[in-house]
Amino acid sequence: MTATLIRIEDVEVEYPAKGFRATPFRALKGVSLEIAPGETVGLVGESGSGKTTLGRAVLGLAPVTGGRILYGDRDISHLGRRERRVLSQDIQVVFQDPYTSLNPSMTIEQILMEPLMVRRMSSRDARSRVRGLLDEVRLPKNAGERLPREFSGGQRQRVAIARALALQPKLIVCDEPVSALDLSTQARVLELFTEIQQQTGVAYLFISHDLAVVRHLSRRVAVMYHGEIVEWGDAEQVTTRPEHPYTKRLFLAAPVPDPQLQAQRRAERHRLLAEQNRVSTSTVTVSV
Amino acid sequence: MIDPLAADLTDEIAAATQRSTRSLLRRLLRKPIAIASLSFLVLVVLVAIVGPLLAPHSPDTASAADVLGPITGAHPLGTDSAGRDVLSRLLFATRFSIAGAALALVVAAVIGVTGGLFAGYYGRWLEGTSAWIAGLIQALPGIVVLLAARAVLGPSMWTSMAIFGILLSPAFYRLVYSTVSAVRDELYVDAARVSGLSDARIITRHILTVVRGPALVQASFVTGVAIAIQAGLEFLGLGDLSIPTWGGMLNDGFASIYSDPLLMLWPSLAIGLTCVSLVLLANALRDTLERSGSRRSRRRERALVPPVIEPQPVLRHDGVSRFADGDVLLEIAGLAVGYGQDDGTVKTVVEDVSLTVHRGEVHGLIGESGSGKTQTAWSVLRLLPAGGRIVGGSIVFEGVDLATVSETRMNELRGARIAYVPQEPMSNLDATFTVGSQLVEPMRVKLGLNRRQATARALELLERVGIPNPPRTFRSYPHEISGGMAQRVLIAGAVSCDPDLLIADEPTTALDVTVQADVLDLLRGLQEERNMGMILVTHNFGVVADICDTVSVMRAGRIVETGGIDDLFARPQHPYTQSLFDAVLEDLPARPSGDDRSSSAPTRTPQEGAVR
Repeated sequence: MTATLIRIEDVEVEYPAKGFRATPFRALKGVSLEIAPGETVGLVGESGSGKTTLGRAVLGLAPVTGGRILYGDRDISHLGRRERRVLSQDIQVVFQDPYTSLNPSMTIEQILMEPLMVRRMSSRDARSRVRGLLDEVRLPKNAGERLPREFSGGQRQRVAIARALALQPKLIVCDEPVSALDLSTQARVLELFTEIQQQTGVAYLFISHDLAVVRHLSRRVAVMYHGEIVEWGDAEQVTTRPEHPYTKRLFLAAPVPDPQLQAQRRAERHRLLAEQNRVSTSTVTVSV
Repeated sequence: MIDPLAADLTDEIAAATQRSTRSLLRRLLRKPIAIASLSFLVLVVLVAIVGPLLAPHSPDTASAADVLGPITGAHPLGTDSAGRDVLSRLLFATRFSIAGAALALVVAAVIGVTGGLFAGYYGRWLEGTSAWIAGLIQALPGIVVLLAARAVLGPSMWTSMAIFGILLSPAFYRLVYSTVSAVRDELYVDAARVSGLSDARIITRHILTVVRGPALVQASFVTGVAIAIQAGLEFLGLGDLSIPTWGGMLNDGFASIYSDPLLMLWPSLAIGLTCVSLVLLANALRDTLERSGSRRSRRRERALVPPVIEPQPVLRHDGVSRFADGDVLLEIAGLAVGYGQDDGTVKTVVEDVSLTVHRGEVHGLIGESGSGKTQTAWSVLRLLPAGGRIVGGSIVFEGVDLATVSETRMNELRGARIAYVPQEPMSNLDATFTVGSQLVEPMRVKLGLNRRQATARALELLERVGIPNPPRTFRSYPHEISGGMAQRVLIAGAVSCDPDLLIADEPTTALDVTVQADVLDLLRGLQEERNMGMILVTHNFGVVADICDTVSVMRAGRIVETGGIDDLFARPQHPYTQSLFDAVLEDLPARPSGDDRSSSAPTRTPQEGAVR
């Protein structure tokens, strides 16, 4: 059965601009995407491409002004606060910045118990669940009594992952969860994401600017550019044989850690840029 | 690995937002001024509560025989112009004056804090309306409103204090509003929303805790103001004559200032000491809240000192370097950088770092955060953050030891011979000046050009770094250009005085991948055409492979491996370097298709502890 968990259909997001009768800013211009249960969909793009906005729209944190987001058969793009709260059981988030996504004045245990207590779980059950969660993200048992600032970036991100897992969601929106981390920490946190998916069958919408990270984790990859998805398909194909001119540029711009290969790639990129320039100038001449 | 400096900074921000009342009180009680003012205020409040029970006489019993009586056993503070006992009146007056001030405070706090919370949290139309109302209230002349209210509603201290409370509410509103709207968009508030917390819960758990501290400080000031205004009104005779208050007693004493000057003393003392205590307490509170950050982080830092790594010989890849016979530009030998601690010791963050940069060579410094790579780069510029200094070794740049040279000589070298490209392009341009003026000024100082020559050269440079419309960018302010453009501007500025050595500290980390590739092309082009030496700090092996000739891998303040990139990338020797290469994802296959749950992702073996 290839059911769909989330189906995003022609979603548009507009942010009102400052000033009287100013044209609103269109962050998303009709984006469609679907996520199956238990799969990872990668979303790549540069800053300002709208990838974070898409994640926030799924979470109900961005104003959807067109199209719809279906969760199962239900349109969740315009839920009221109360319905949204119920849905939070199924859709969760891990944010980019592990330093500001945890309240600095609460202990790890308080942070992790918060979603559980809202669900009217007894505090004894909640405590034992928290211990289970800490174990699941490979943090020491006594971590619960400590404050976020006593932890490194990678550890804080583990706490954020534990918080997302607390309610056993079906989907976690991961918004650049490893880009603030060091290389080796990043590898270990990504490994944790994979492990958790294998154990719990949660689906990820994995947002990143790093093609390599997305490729490593996702089965299918969507590339966003200026508020639109320009390429979408199998990870292997999108990340090694891209078709869209922008994806090609993106692919060749990421430097590889091998001096000879990188020199080749750089030459290839210059060739591509020259070619794309020529094409765009010639289309301009034709249209004129 | 944790970068002790970055951790410190985030910590200070975190601690500044953290206001835990209990620990706040404990920290407050370490200050003598706070103890003194707090105990006086506690005394005043106690007197207000139990004072009337202790009073020897009724405050209103007048006795014609005792008018302006002296200090006697029966009247320890004498009697006033109506023959009433001054001590009893003072005890009762404390109750009424404090209660009046408290009423004003409660009204102001309830209106201001609630308004600020809702406007700050929900925003939209509430924001506009409440800001408008707050502005209106603040614009009203307080004394006039109080006098008008008295004329209409009659002389009641309670009414006038309640009205005064409304007049004071914008003080709370503005404070709470700005604090709340600052945390409203914090990620942890978003995370709480996604966790399914109701707004009421988010406000009480995440927002009120942040507001508590500053609101306490404000409350202390507001109470002082309320007491002073109340006393002023009563003193002018505009108060309620039916109840004893400090201001009323002051008024009474003033009438007989020549016959019995002591009558003025007691209420003045009460008013003065209470107000002074409140202001001192507010100051002490604010100091405690503001300084909490540094004290805490210092304590914590000791626990976070990176693991001490036994000095090992640096692994060198000698190979054939095209620079081997070239002109040595910079020679760092045995460099150590340390930060002075509170207890007088020095914590070294860089130790025994030696490297050589030839003219025309690009040397990469790679490592994770906290490895000391940026500290090394900054010490070449002698721009270490406060508390940091070079504690050993030498940095010889064309025969001059930068570790010991005078600040004046260093100033001559910086910018002119050694230039710097920073990590965060935006925060390194001054938002109040145009891009052009920031490029022109250094050239006028360093190269002695006149304004016209410098402008022409700046436009040329902007053109060279690939800015599409140089005159327009020249006239722009930093906020009008993108991050990639800003970095190009900074690079133009760095090369404007023809330096021999360029220090680039993570020059592309803040940029998008495609922009990064362009900026690297630009740096390489400039470096080649001017034959500059360059130190490039980065954490990205791809960037090193792209632009560097030689590279040093740093870990915990030391260089562990160094050499030409071809050899080092092909045959990394040190286990740490190998572990870093293992963590690189670029060369791994994509996740196989099929059910993600059954597919096994490539496994890796972490080199260090499982959790870091």
